[in-house]
Amino acid sequence: MAKRARFTVAAVVVLLLLLLPVLLPGPVPLHIMIMTFNFALLGVGWNIMGGYAGMFSFGQTAFFGIGAYASSWLLTAHGVNPWLGLLVGGVLAAATAAVIGWPCSNLRGHYFAIASIAFAEIVRIHFNNWKLVGAAEGLTIPMAAPGLLNFQFHGSKAPYYYIALAFLAVGLLVSRWVATSRAGFYFRAIKESHELAMVLGISFVRYRLLATMLAAFLSAAAGTFYAQYILYLDPESVIILPISVQVVLVSMLGGAGTILGPVVGAAILVPISEITRVQLGHRGTGVDMIVYGALIWLISVYQPKGVWGFLASLGQRRAPAPAAAPAPEAKP
Amino acid sequence: MSEQLIQQLINGLLIGCVYALIAIGLTLIWGVMNIVNFAHGDFLMLSMYVSFWSYTLWGIDPVLAIPICAVLLFALGLLVYKFAVSKVMNGPMLAQVVVTFGVSIFLANTAVLLWTPDFRLIDKPLLAGTWNFGTVQVSIPKLVASAGSVLVTGALLLFLNRTRTGKAILATEMNRDSALLMGVNTDRVNALSFGIGAGLVGVAGAFLSMYYYIYPQVGGMFGTISFCIVALGGFGSISGAFMAGLLVGLVQTLGGYFFDPAYKYAIVFMLYLVVVWIRPQGLRGW
Repeated sequence: MAKRARFTVAAVVVLLLLLLPVLLPGPVPLHIMIMTFNFALLGVGWNIMGGYAGMFSFGQTAFFGIGAYASSWLLTAHGVNPWLGLLVGGVLAAATAAVIGWPCSNLRGHYFAIASIAFAEIVRIHFNNWKLVGAAEGLTIPMAAPGLLNFQFHGSKAPYYYIALAFLAVGLLVSRWVATSRAGFYFRAIKESHELAMVLGISFVRYRLLATMLAAFLSAAAGTFYAQYILYLDPESVIILPISVQVVLVSMLGGAGTILGPVVGAAILVPISEITRVQLGHRGTGVDMIVYGALIWLISVYQPKGVWGFLASLGQRRAPAPAAAPAPEAKP
Repeated sequence: MSEQLIQQLINGLLIGCVYALIAIGLTLIWGVMNIVNFAHGDFLMLSMYVSFWSYTLWGIDPVLAIPICAVLLFALGLLVYKFAVSKVMNGPMLAQVVVTFGVSIFLANTAVLLWTPDFRLIDKPLLAGTWNFGTVQVSIPKLVASAGSVLVTGALLLFLNRTRTGKAILATEMNRDSALLMGVNTDRVNALSFGIGAGLVGVAGAFLSMYYYIYPQVGGMFGTISFCIVALGGFGSISGAFMAGLLVGLVQTLGGYFFDPAYKYAIVFMLYLVVVWIRPQGLRGW
């Protein structure tokens, strides 16, 4: 696609997204879009770890939960503003990621995946028994005067919509930086071969930790947003394996290792899951998960590049674009 | 006090033997084809349901259901190998890691749909009750399950070391290319190992169904624990997995006893993270 055409398409999409709450003001479409943006943000975070740096985590729900709990506990126990809580939660999640990522930094592929599940389980069990944050009962966020400052809106979902969209935009900027920066090239080098990366003098512990911490920060931000949106949280709603699964699936379906992949994946998947949940009601418990499971299976077998990856490769085949950027070794 | 401790040690060893049997199937699959079967816990769950329905519908006791579970799970293993695992063996790493994860979610939630999330129990199994030694109690079904697990592990080792097919599996595990050059049909070895791994977890499921609650998510915790056991023992090492299974059983019960029962699984996962940090190749791996 020519550069100008691509710019036009992007501008139209952005304009549509900005106008959507005016065009479709009902609560249901807005709710679906908000959940889509939030899972897209989680997916963008996972993609930095999994898509670029090759660390396939099945434990992102832990960071989501840490973010949600950090801001909510600070708010309920000490009256700290949720925006500050968001930063604290993000930093806390990144710090946790560093502490847990350090011993895991030599683990590859399957080993890393198992460690991430074990880590998320530890976090889940701990929050279920941690009296300070309400243990299994969870936390209820008290109603406050609506407004941007309090991160609460009662009448319309539109403000949440724009905040979620803004968060996603920030996440995409981070992801774009990863894709084009020197660090991003190192991530991919490590993903391709630990040994070669080491020979080239890339400290893979440092760069893997960087990727993990970026992903943890974005996941925690999504967690805080979710808590402020739902105004209630307990361990079984924010620290559960299905969230980790959906995060992986969103990225894989769209295309792991591409900037927009997770957004495309979320745009396909989240509406399907929200609509089946509404249509099937309580009987639908688990049906969306059956579909997810089958999708993960089928995508791995038939189209591991994902939808966006597939489209991108089609485009490349038609018109061989100039190389995106020089390889890092070529630099002086 | 000390009798309580002895009781905990016994309980730890009893559950450890069953953990070991579950993990051995997993480690065999890993050793032969470098694939973690994330659906392993769900295979266990399905086997427990096979045992439950055999009992409920036809009055077949779990002891007699052992061969049924083993054969059905062997077949399931072959199917999953053929339609999922074999397709990604040469694919990208991401696909190899997540494909069985997809199968796992699919199976667990299909079980919810078919059989509801209710907890079930086989109410009057043939083997029940306890033996009392003073104040120390040994549950008979648990003892049988553990003894059975040890026997099955022994039988597996005999099969691997004494038969031509078993030796072909070991050879493939050591060096796939050389085995291929020596005329081993490595593709069949893959399928067979996956089937045997699933069959072993089928036997474990039949044993567990004698005294454990049966529900769709039961595989989650057993599965995660068995991943940890396999990694602790060293991926691919059968004797390592057996030792690590006993170790994890003991750590779980003693950790629950000395610290807090709510954290017993968290302690196991913590142990796993510490061990992979210090010794990424596991206790007996190389």
